[in-house]
Amino acid sequence: MINIIDAGLNTTVQDLGRWGYQDKGITVGGALDHIALRLANLLVGNPENTAGLEMTLLGPTLSFTEDALIAICGGDLDARIDEKSIKTWSPLYIKKGSILRLGSAKRGCRAYLAVHGGIDVPSIMGSKSTDLRSSFGGFNGRSLREKDELPIGEPHSFFSTYREQCMQNHGSFHSAKWSISYSGRLAYSPHPTLRVLPGKEHSMFTDSSIAHFYNEAYQITSASNRMGYRLKGAPLYYKTALNLLTEPVTTGTIQIPSDGQPIILLADRQTSGGYPRIGHVIQADLPLIGQTKPGDAIYFKAASLEEAYQALAEQEKQIKQIKRMIHMKLVKE
Amino acid sequence: MTYYQFFPLGEQALVISFGSDINKETNDLVYQVYTFLKQQRAPWIIDLVPAYATLAVHFDALQLLHHHNTPYAFVKTYIEEQLSQVSSMENAQQPHPIITIPVCYGGEFGPDLGHVATINDFSEEAVISTHSSPLYHVYMIGFSPGFPYLGGMHTDIATPRRDTPRTSVPAGSVGIAGQQTGVYPTESPGGWQIIGRTPLKLFQPESKTPIRLSMGDRIRFYPISASEFAQWEENKA
Repeated sequence: MINIIDAGLNTTVQDLGRWGYQDKGITVGGALDHIALRLANLLVGNPENTAGLEMTLLGPTLSFTEDALIAICGGDLDARIDEKSIKTWSPLYIKKGSILRLGSAKRGCRAYLAVHGGIDVPSIMGSKSTDLRSSFGGFNGRSLREKDELPIGEPHSFFSTYREQCMQNHGSFHSAKWSISYSGRLAYSPHPTLRVLPGKEHSMFTDSSIAHFYNEAYQITSASNRMGYRLKGAPLYYKTALNLLTEPVTTGTIQIPSDGQPIILLADRQTSGGYPRIGHVIQADLPLIGQTKPGDAIYFKAASLEEAYQALAEQEKQIKQIKRMIHMKLVKE
Repeated sequence: MTYYQFFPLGEQALVISFGSDINKETNDLVYQVYTFLKQQRAPWIIDLVPAYATLAVHFDALQLLHHHNTPYAFVKTYIEEQLSQVSSMENAQQPHPIITIPVCYGGEFGPDLGHVATINDFSEEAVISTHSSPLYHVYMIGFSPGFPYLGGMHTDIATPRRDTPRTSVPAGSVGIAGQQTGVYPTESPGGWQIIGRTPLKLFQPESKTPIRLSMGDRIRFYPISASEFAQWEENKA
């Protein structure tokens, strides 16, 4: 069990999302930096889609009532165990009674905690992700609170061998000597450039608006959350008044309402929308958005479908290599 | 098959557009293609999302990248092939199910019924009978889990949205916004004029059929009294 001593700013249970129900109006959800969650899961020997914790800006304080193999990836939230700084992007064996505390974000915005066996909450419509807007999934359909008790799932067979090695260490935790290096981590930035594919209404914007869109900085406002980031910058206008039907949107869709200020739709977005779609952030760059916070600035850069697929394929190739490396290390260590 | 267009929705989804206005014929076409593609069960289709006049096909680009350099082009070709088959089935459509929804109009459940009556110069009883007589068509589900976009409301009871949206509208609330009517399956903020509430649970995330309504369904509302409403609630408890 993991006891929540302090819940932090917004800590939720997330996996890779609830697919297959968008036709019924169900939000996909899932980790905003899905790559960080996948890697954290791989580091503890879990399937990549296992439920972990998404921790935002100011992390939680957690007490473990049993030994656990954990890994933290994503933004740097100053993770400590019993006040000692710990290695992230690396597997770590934490002993019963130890306290894991995450602080405020030093870099990025969201960190992901994976636990061997996963966070054991019920799967609803094929996912353990928390749907905050409709209050279901995850832990009781809400963000974690003080005194919540999170069950940990059943360990796999390799856990016991790993455990024996770790028990020789007399501290409150045993950290692996290695960590993974993932190039996407270096791209976490308070002013990332996101590659964008044109949306269906792209050509309906004035030329000067299009020029602004690709050249100016757009600041992330405080009215931003897991549903979408609301940006502020040079306003973007349509050539003529538009009256659109409710049409499909996707994660990364950039909508422009009539005030001209962009909204980037994120994992907790609705399944359809009615604002003009100037573009869509490519999938490979979505994790970078999850690592930005209000006050940061975003730049947009035009991309082609081919570039989007190439970026996706390269990202995946790197994850595969890391996966192989982790597999060898975990078995050997 | 009639006229349609494709466009990409990012690199992981394709939208088939059958038109740009709300009409039953276009929407029936969307429904037909949606159900046809669903039956085909292509393993790389991860979501099919129908709207008024469009259908989004979300696909697993990573899976397709193993064999195709440009997954979008592959999906587009696949859909084109499928659409040519749909045309041959155009007359084989099953009638859509009719779902009846009990509504307790007015009172604490429908705080805006009086306003809808006044603004249209109707009695409250006339609003109720006008609202509960048509067979409504579910054009699409969106906005929130199970929220139906309904067509078929009589324009005599059309009422603009509230000037100030309510921060919370209870689940089951039945409302009017302009010429639209709908029912809120979950508690949510909303600016619709609320004229009644159904005791039916339209969204039950943990049940086997979490969502009761589907695109294409036909809906009829029928009035129930406050005591019948209480009875419904009790029977379910």
